[in-house]
Parts: sequence; structure tokens; C-alpha cells
Amino acid sequence: MKLRARAETLLWGAQRASAAVLAVCVLAHLATILYAVRGGLTAAEILSRTRGSFALAFFYGLFVLAVAVHAPVGLRAILRETFGWRGVPLDLGTAAFAGFLVWFGWRAVAGLFA
Amino acid sequence: MNRPHRAHPAWWAFAVHRASGLALTLFVPLHFWALGTAIDGEAALDGMLRWTDNALVKFAETGLVVLLAAHMAGGVRLLAVEFLPWSDRQKTAVAASAGVAIAAGLLFLFNVTAA
Amino acid sequence: MADTIDARIWRGGADGRFETFSVPRRASQTVLDVVTYIQRKLDPTLSYRFACRVGMCGSCAMTVNGKPRWTCRTHVARLEDGPLTVEPLRNLPRIKDLAADMAPFFDKWAKAGGRFVPSTDAEADFAIVEPASAERRAADAGIECIGCAVCYSACDLVSWNPDYLGPAALNRAWTLVNDVRDAGNADRLDAVAGDAGCHACHSQQSCREHCPKSLNPTASIAGLKRATLRAAWKGGP
Repeated sequence: MKLRARAETLLWGAQRASAAVLAVCVLAHLATILYAVRGGLTAAEILSRTRGSFALAFFYGLFVLAVAVHAPVGLRAILRETFGWRGVPLDLGTAAFAGFLVWFGWRAVAGLFA
Repeated sequence: MNRPHRAHPAWWAFAVHRASGLALTLFVPLHFWALGTAIDGEAALDGMLRWTDNALVKFAETGLVVLLAAHMAGGVRLLAVEFLPWSDRQKTAVAASAGVAIAAGLLFLFNVTAA
Repeated sequence: MADTIDARIWRGGADGRFETFSVPRRASQTVLDVVTYIQRKLDPTLSYRFACRVGMCGSCAMTVNGKPRWTCRTHVARLEDGPLTVEPLRNLPRIKDLAADMAPFFDKWAKAGGRFVPSTDAEADFAIVEPASAERRAADAGIECIGCAVCYSACDLVSWNPDYLGPAALNRAWTLVNDVRDAGNADRLDAVAGDAGCHACHSQQSCREHCPKSLNPTASIAGLKRATLRAAWKGGP
């Protein structure tokens, strides 16, 4: 397969694979939200769950990674189809957005864990 | 504009999937920023949480829960279209994913208002 | 019901206008009958395209009341109430009146590897393809395409991405991917992969919704998505 076709196909595959991971993560996330909001949210309550929990840090770390793969590929499609952006600037821009999401998301996870 | 070619459930499901995906993509950095306030300690996170206590924010949060559930259920439907043998029950699948989104929104409203 | 039909017909090329004709209503009247009546009795300068009149040739598709349809088998009595609006197909250049330029549509069939590539020479014996085999059934499901471009005209991705090969060309490629006699799949999968190929499809299903032959290009494109992903994962030739 030619490089360009192969890269675009694998990008599509990565988005679908991350979608499958996200389907499980979001289901767990929605269940947690519905449970946690009963009686209001407090920082003490949240942090007592997350501080020192390797299991939750791993779960949210994976969640962030899957979002960082999934969202930029979708954004790339919207920018191509609706705004007609093409080529290297589009690819670099959405890749930078993916990097930003990983850094910013993992930073938040670290804040809740530590 | 010629739009009648779009008047069928799978096209509307696409529109919801795209709009919810874009909205969630824009929201995620805000969400990470809000949770990141925990880096500055419990008080900072609590300050952010108290800001979310008003009715307007709760209303917006309900919208986000509906968008998240819609995008998830619609996404599972699309994975089935692309990776499973074809099913002729496409309208049922679209209706079911809409049902999941509405149910999630109602459950959230119920739980967030429960004492 | 009124005994005449108000037919709003597109006249001119890209920047044309609608012209309204009054056509007598008849039993079992098709949209093609209406257009033909106008050309024979009211205005001989009206341009449109048709050949077989019985749903086999795929040449008479037009936009009828905003939807792409085969006009020879679309009955006026079964359409929405109100005036009848007929335009050329969407997503293709307008030549004149109701005739759209089909060249980009068929060029994309060639680009998608729509040509059969024989794996044996002419001296070889007949190939035996079991009717019950999975490949044969997948090919059979898409093979009845008449090339009318209704799906191409119904697809938003074609409007949003001018390079997109479109549902008909990809459906054709999928029938050949499943043709066990064909030897062209390495190049074909390369041609149909990526942002201008099957991965541009968002499963809006307008192709499937409008196909007059009730084919399912969405399912064919999904098959290509999986086949190209397998090829890309392995690296391939």
C-alpha cells in the first residue's frame, strides 16, 4: 500500500479502535457521574476516591489517551469537510491538538491522584 | 438549497453525532482545566465546584450528559454498521441510541436534584 | 385532483432558472412522461437524457422534488402534493436543462479500480464460483448497479469532498474485491483507501436510502473499510 493511503487508513483504524475503548470508558464515566452527583459534589469526596488510587489513575489515564486519539481525527474530518482545510497544516494542527489533550488531560489526572 | 435527500433517520443520526462530537471536543479542554485546579489543592477544586452549584450550570451539565450519551450510543451504532454484518434494523438502532441519550439526561436531572 | 400538472423545470446551465409548464395529467404517468410531453408538445428545445424507459439503463435520473430519482419509474401520482419540480442531478456539472455531465462520476469508477483484471489468460477453462460462497454472495449483493448516479447525487460527502470517489464507484470496487477471478486487488485497495476513498464515508446512508435498485453501498463501503484496514495493518506490497 502507498504511504499516504496506508497512513489515512491506519488513522481511521485508530479512531475506531479508540472509539471502542471510549465506549467502555464513557459507560463507566456516566455511571460514576450519576452516582457521584447525588447530594452534590465536594472536593473532599472526589479526592478521597482518587488520591492514591492506581486503578482510577490508570483508568482515567487510558480515558485521556483514547480521547486524545479520537477527538483530533474527528476534528480533522470536520475541518476538511466543512472548512475545506487540506494538507500538511491540517495534519500538523490536529496532531498538535492531540498532544495538547494528552498533556492537559494527564496533568489533570495527576492532580487528582497525587 | 436541495435538502430533502437528508430527510431520513441515519442522516439525522449523523448530524447529532457530528454536533455532539464537536461540542464534546470543545468541552474536554475546559473539563481538564477545571479538574486541574486540584493541583493547587482541595480548596481550589472546591472553589470551582461551588461555582457549578447554580441552576444554569446544572442545566448546561445536563446538556453535556445528553451529548456524551448520544455520542457514545451513536458511536456504538456506527461501529456495528462498519464492523458487523449488515442489519436492516437501522431505524431501530437510531431510535435506541436516541433513547439512551434521553434516559441518561433524565437520570442525571433526577440524581442531581435528589437531596 | 386537477387535470393538469404544474411542472417546474430547470432551464439553462449552472446559472439557469425554473420555467413552469402545464402538462395534462394521465393515468400511470411517470416523471419522464411529463418531461417527454414538454419536449414533444410544448418546447422542443428542452434537453434531457433517457434511453430504455424501463429502469435498466440508468440514464434518466434527475432531481425530482429535491430528491434524486429514476424518472422512468417514478410515478407522478405517488409523489408529494404540490407542483412537480425537476432539476438535473446534484453533485455533477449542469450541461443544459435536465442533462448533467456524467464524466466526473464515471471517471471515479476508473479511479476506484472498477475495471476487472483477469487472473488467467483467454485459453483457461471457465472459472467455477460457488453461488453459496461468501465472496460470491457479497459480489451478488452489489452487482445490479445500473450506474444512474442517484447515490452519488444523494451523498453529502461528495458535495463536501470533491475528490471523494462516491458510493457507486466504491460499491463497484467491492464487487471486484469479492470476485475470486480478479487479480487487481493490491492496486484496487490502494485506490479506494483514505480520505478520498472509503474512509471518507460517515455512514449517512443516503445512498442506500435513495438507490432505485435497493442496493446498499453503505454496506459495500464498510466492507472496503475493513479490507483496506487489514491490508494497511499488514503493510502490504
